[in-house]
Amino acid sequence: MALPPFTTLVEEHRGAVWGYLCAMAGPASAPDLLQDTLLSALRAYPSLKDGSNLRSWLLSVAHSRVVDGARARARRPEVLGDVPERATTHAETDDELWQAVAALPDKQRHAVVLRFVGDLPYAEIGALCETSEAAARQNVRAGVMRLREELS
Amino acid sequence: MNIEDRLRTPAPDIDLAALAEREGLLDVAVAHMDSPIGDLLLAKTPLGLVRVSFSTSAEGDGVGHDETLEDLSARISPRIIEAPKLLDDVRRQLDEYFAGDRRHFELPIDWALVGEWGRKILDACARIPFGEVRTYGEMAAAAGSPKASRAAGTALGHNPVPVVVPCHRVLPAGKRSIGNYTGGVHIKEHLLRLEGVLAL
Repeated sequence: MALPPFTTLVEEHRGAVWGYLCAMAGPASAPDLLQDTLLSALRAYPSLKDGSNLRSWLLSVAHSRVVDGARARARRPEVLGDVPERATTHAETDDELWQAVAALPDKQRHAVVLRFVGDLPYAEIGALCETSEAAARQNVRAGVMRLREELS
Repeated sequence: MNIEDRLRTPAPDIDLAALAEREGLLDVAVAHMDSPIGDLLLAKTPLGLVRVSFSTSAEGDGVGHDETLEDLSARISPRIIEAPKLLDDVRRQLDEYFAGDRRHFELPIDWALVGEWGRKILDACARIPFGEVRTYGEMAAAAGSPKASRAAGTALGHNPVPVVVPCHRVLPAGKRSIGNYTGGVHIKEHLLRLEGVLAL
């Protein structure tokens, strides 16, 4: 069984990867990480032996980009002076909201972001978070409720 | 605005084709093209045009392209990316041909999908001028094996770049029928009519 064209892979799983990166790193760093993830995946794709679960493979690539990105940031010295932290090429992000998201317990944060950023159905969120569909639904509900409290 | 709507963050548009090309990772660029003979799938490697594929349905609506992509993935590389811009020249030349404004193609071809015998036959086929036809036997002879007309037919049937390499210009001897064609005989008829070989 041949691997599907890389284009198809990206079309099918873009939402999941994007949601995952937003949940892990926030929407400000997610665009660069998405590009890094797609390039790493493209580089490794032909040597992939098992094409049976491409989404979890793609998410594992995304995960290592997030980890590497965090390491690189930790090594980078602080920039002095009033140089803006990040070029304004990315859309302005809702800092207040995303700080609250970052403070959510892992399961809730993942479930909430995959639901509304990744636009995934509950069954898939459950599969990705290794919970049941019902638990995914519950995590989303609890997460949104908590965000509402934090931000009111 | 409620929390749910504030959370919705659209993924940025990433030009995957440009990114992959810059990194030397674009093994197969693909694009679709609407044509008088149905939806065509075009594929190109850094070496040149590698595949032109017809829909397998009579409606020409793109059925069968998935199988073509699977074949490209297995035989060339799964690094297949939609990149219409990289196939602009191919689409433009095909458009001109279908409009009757072009008589031969000036496109580099990647023969990766063709064996040694196929290459001989298709090279000979590529030399048949617009508006002329040959027989399978003549093709076999041109490839150096005059008795191999059946094998010539098989090689032409596996032409990975039909229209551009004009296997539609090869007909059975005797002129009783125009023979077979991988995309369907109706496509062969259309092309031969376009070139003035078949009467309107």
